Amino acid sequence: MLLREVEYARPSTIEEAVALLTEHDGARALAGGQTLVNVMKARAASPDVLVDLADLDELRTISFSADGGTLEIGAMVTCTALAASSEVEVARPVLAEVASTIADVQVRNRGTIGGNVCVSDPTNHFPPLLSALDASFTVRGAAGERVVPAGEFFVGVYMTAVGEGELLTKVSVPTRKPGTGDAMAGLTLGAHGTYVVSAAATVGPEGARVVIGCVSSTPVRATAMEERLAGGDYSQSAVKAAAEGLGATLEPPSDVHASADYRRALAEVSAVRAVLQAAERAKG
Amino acid sequence: MTVAATPTATSVVSLEINGEAVELEVPSSRLLVHLIRDDLDLTGTHIGCDTGNCGACTVHVDGVPVKSCMMLAVQAQGTRITTVEGLAPDGELTPLQQAFSAAHALQCGYCTPGMLMSASALLEQNQSPSEEEIKVALQGNICRCTGYWNIVEAVQEAAKGGAA
Ligand SMILES: Cc1cc2nc3c(=O)[nH]c(=O)nc-3n(C[C@H](O)[C@H](O)[C@H](O)COP(=O)(O)OP(=O)(O)OC[C@H]3O[C@@H](n4cnc5c(N)ncnc54)[C@H](O)[C@@H]3O)c2cc1C
Ligand code: FES
Ligand code: FES
Repeated sequence: MLLREVEYARPSTIEEAVALLTEHDGARALAGGQTLVNVMKARAASPDVLVDLADLDELRTISFSADGGTLEIGAMVTCTALAASSEVEVARPVLAEVASTIADVQVRNRGTIGGNVCVSDPTNHFPPLLSALDASFTVRGAAGERVVPAGEFFVGVYMTAVGEGELLTKVSVPTRKPGTGDAMAGLTLGAHGTYVVSAAATVGPEGARVVIGCVSSTPVRATAMEERLAGGDYSQSAVKAAAEGLGATLEPPSDVHASADYRRALAEVSAVRAVLQAAERAKG
Repeated sequence: MTVAATPTATSVVSLEINGEAVELEVPSSRLLVHLIRDDLDLTGTHIGCDTGNCGACTVHVDGVPVKSCMMLAVQAQGTRITTVEGLAPDGELTPLQQAFSAAHALQCGYCTPGMLMSASALLEQNQSPSEEEIKVALQGNICRCTGYWNIVEAVQEAAKGGAA
């Protein structure tokens, strides 16, 4: 398909990239292009200038914070690189596990974690998972750098805390502490397809965090369920009881894949599965 | 003009395709698949869905399979690309291609170039893939004719014969 005319630049530093995004009206960052190119084909957005982040090597690194307590993932790390990373495997294996189930080999080779969260598509895998893992997001603009917690990062469908002229540079995820387990569950269209409903959970000494995807414009935390699990009983019956009524608190959309009521039911089932698996993994 | 830090509506792209160096000026909006098919007349790479779903446009960029309809030509600046034409440059079919023929792994053949590119990328990394690994490697490639079984079988046969 022919795209509307667009200008293209490939800066070699983050400063240059931010300057380009700031100086040009209608400029947009280009990461893996696995969403943006489609958006441009559909004319759903027509950027005037694409600022390709491909040469910003600093955004492709995976490392640990100085104290070792945080896994720092550059925004341009691809799903393929996440899935193969020994740092991720040690510090937060669920990220690699989920990355390796997104779409297909070709999309994973190009698609980045930064693009995945900046799109803030309610059906994407990483927004609910990173919310459950209590990740934070480093945003760089002309005025400097700020760190945004997951609860404030996702603003709406295709909207995040990353403003005009800004760049997401890094996703920081706490490393897994002993006795902690993470899992993601849900219903997908086909084996590795798009989620119809997803649930991500982490279970540890500090309790459980449960986040539901695809039921609202942004990930939804199942706080009532988390509170009921505070006693630390992760038996099947206790987890099922904790999830009861979760669906009724949600306002999910109805579409060709599932009615709102079916999504409510799926949300409870997915939350139970994610928490049970996370609890199992927390044992060792 | 080459790909630069200043925004431009056209760019000179130089890359290596099937072992040959090429350099041409393209609009920045041009998709890689159009550079391959229309500018370079390598029509083995197909366009099926044009939305990143079907995999008919799969090529290798620096050795890894990507969908060329989901990439701008300018993004391929400085890369090494292999298309289906590059699998058998001297015209003799590779063992993988022969296995596709022998196992009846194609009917209309529209998906075949993409299937071959995904399968050859797999075999380069993993000389004895399991059935599950083959299915995962081909997940991004849709075939409306064969029902997939014969394709998986062809890749298994090619692997047994030591193909890459
Ligand atoms: C066939 C297909 C199926 C898919 N299925 C799934 C799926 O099931 N689950 C899933 O999670 N994803 C899925 N995806 C989406 C895929 O994971 C995308 O790669 C991802 O959502 C976008 O990442 P990207 O790197 O390609 O970003 P791009 O497409 O390059 O960018 C997307 C948006 O984010 C902005 N952006 C990107 N990076 C930054 C940054 N660092 N700072 C500021 N803004 C930035 C861009 O300006 C653009 O607006 C699918 C994609 C395809 C083509
Ligand atoms: S034409 Fe590129 S994926 Fe279908
Ligand atoms: S052989 Fe016809 S689409 Fe695969």
